[in-house]
Amino acid sequence: MDTSRREFLKLGGACALGLALLPAVKGFAAGTGSPQHLASPKALQGKRWGLVIDMKKCWPRYQEGCRRCFDTCRREHNIPVIDNSKEEIKWIWPEPFANAFPDQEHEFIPADVKDNPFIVLCNHCDNPPCVRVCPTKATFKRPDGIVMIDYHRCIGCRYCMAACPYGARSFNFRDPRPYIKETNPAYPTREKGVVEKCTLCVERIDTGLPPACVEACPAGALAFGDLEDPASPVRQLLKTRYTLQRKPELGTHPSVYYIV
Amino acid sequence: MIAKAFTGSRRYWSWVTFLLVLAATGFACYLVQFNQGLTVTGMSRDVSWGLYIGQLTFLVGVAASAVMLVLPYYLHNVKAFGRITILGEFLAVAAIIMCLLFVFVDLGKPMRLLNMILYPTPNSILFWDMVVLSGYLLLNIVIGWTMLEAEYKTVAPPSWVKVLIYISIPWAVSIHTVTAFLYAGLPGRHYWLTAIMAARFLASAFASGPALLILLCFVIRRFSKFDPGQEAINKLAAIVTYAMIISVFFIGLEFFTAFYSQVPAHGMDTLLYLFTGLDGHGKLVPLMWLFVILAFIALILLINPRTRTREKTLMVACGAVFVSMWLEKGIGLVIGGFIPNAFNQVTEYSPTPLEMLITLGIWAIGALILTFLYKIAVTVKEEIL
Repeated sequence: MDTSRREFLKLGGACALGLALLPAVKGFAAGTGSPQHLASPKALQGKRWGLVIDMKKCWPRYQEGCRRCFDTCRREHNIPVIDNSKEEIKWIWPEPFANAFPDQEHEFIPADVKDNPFIVLCNHCDNPPCVRVCPTKATFKRPDGIVMIDYHRCIGCRYCMAACPYGARSFNFRDPRPYIKETNPAYPTREKGVVEKCTLCVERIDTGLPPACVEACPAGALAFGDLEDPASPVRQLLKTRYTLQRKPELGTHPSVYYIV
Repeated sequence: MIAKAFTGSRRYWSWVTFLLVLAATGFACYLVQFNQGLTVTGMSRDVSWGLYIGQLTFLVGVAASAVMLVLPYYLHNVKAFGRITILGEFLAVAAIIMCLLFVFVDLGKPMRLLNMILYPTPNSILFWDMVVLSGYLLLNIVIGWTMLEAEYKTVAPPSWVKVLIYISIPWAVSIHTVTAFLYAGLPGRHYWLTAIMAARFLASAFASGPALLILLCFVIRRFSKFDPGQEAINKLAAIVTYAMIISVFFIGLEFFTAFYSQVPAHGMDTLLYLFTGLDGHGKLVPLMWLFVILAFIALILLINPRTRTREKTLMVACGAVFVSMWLEKGIGLVIGGFIPNAFNQVTEYSPTPLEMLITLGIWAIGALILTFLYKIAVTVKEEIL
């Protein structure tokens, strides 16, 4: 084949044009008769899902060895158990007060608060910095306030991990599958090289169920509901009890509140 | 002109071979990382960026420094730089390619790199960093090559290049400003949350880049018949001096804000970790004091006109500037930002040998590109002498 420089450039130009047009073509294709995602009629409806965690209710059970919220979440979401604190995958886990609320710690904190763990997880911020920094929109916020990650789009740049002030994001430094004790076939596993975190159990909310940790808690320490709905259980608690948020001064507007 | 990169002395070829061996070693190590994941590095969920992103940050500065030749020459008519603007532009090309490679090896899913283009996200600074870096790469390749070709053919360069050159001046500023914004806009990363981050980045860039250029000029003078010119070197040395003074001043500003306010969240904890150690952890302390010592040696040698104009002492000063800025920006700034972590705990980071070999491999690729480009440029200049 005899290819002149001119022809090569023409071909290259055509390819570049094709690439440039691709998004438009995709847009058209999506609009014409391709299968639409149908939401379950049972799906819970909310404008901004949130949690209120009553640590006073949790602690007596925790001292007895209750770890049900953590265990249920791990089983439900195929979270690997990696024995290396540098590569751990964490969705929901306990932290001491000083770690969870570093800006509110002082030397005279009551011993029960200081020594007891706080349940931490992704705050599903109303103004999430992780979403702001993601270069591919792999991390996004749903209309109901849940901050999600598309594991198939994430390029693993870990910018979101630098941006999250709550340490809520974990990176799959290695293939997680060998570290999953018992795989739940109803939920996808992840690959190495992507970031993951708590999803507030979208898969359950979208089929009419509350998050697994909320359901699993025998003490009823976790309350779940719509923060925009004044009648919701979370708003009832927020109205009557004094609550804390993690690092509210950062302007991220966390959707997880704590009762101490 | 490309052919000129393929003829050379034995010494030239042994240097090229040496770099190729380093690059191949780095590539082999990368294959291991590609296969096993980033677990082979020293990075962790707490220190989620390390040596790779540190190098990116530092090298963006080296790339931006080309403007320190181009701006005086085209805007202030500093004739002495006319002979060597090409060296700055080609240095920028090599540095940007290294930057892009460092981003690539840092990705968990490198095969999805194009997602950044397929799903452009204007609210992400990383997206803009990609845009300005690739734009700057393109500008410098086109400008450098066209100018050199015109010189080679002893004709006047086409007039459109001048337009590109004027565009490249603010563009150089933009690449380092945007890279600083990668860090400066994150809530909860107190050490990075400083409004003078971009100014610091530019100051250290204009110290470390021209320092490297001076060293490269000495190498060229020694190994070729082309002389970059004493006046150009003296002027560059003056630029390095001012930029280094401003850099150290800016770092001092951070210390004042942190320690006079005594707000732990204003970077005090990180500075303590870096310079004294925190909660019994202090892996970076020796490196940070090395930075301090080198910076002071550099300042003394640069501010004193006699040592600044003597070749030997100037070389020491430039080496000290380059290494000290590399330590401060490429190591301390990036890693320090993650310490203490979101839970106010210290998790330390140190790169693994594999990670260092990959890093070294990319530096070798950069050096190789620079060698080829400089070989071409210098041979052209030797021929028209």
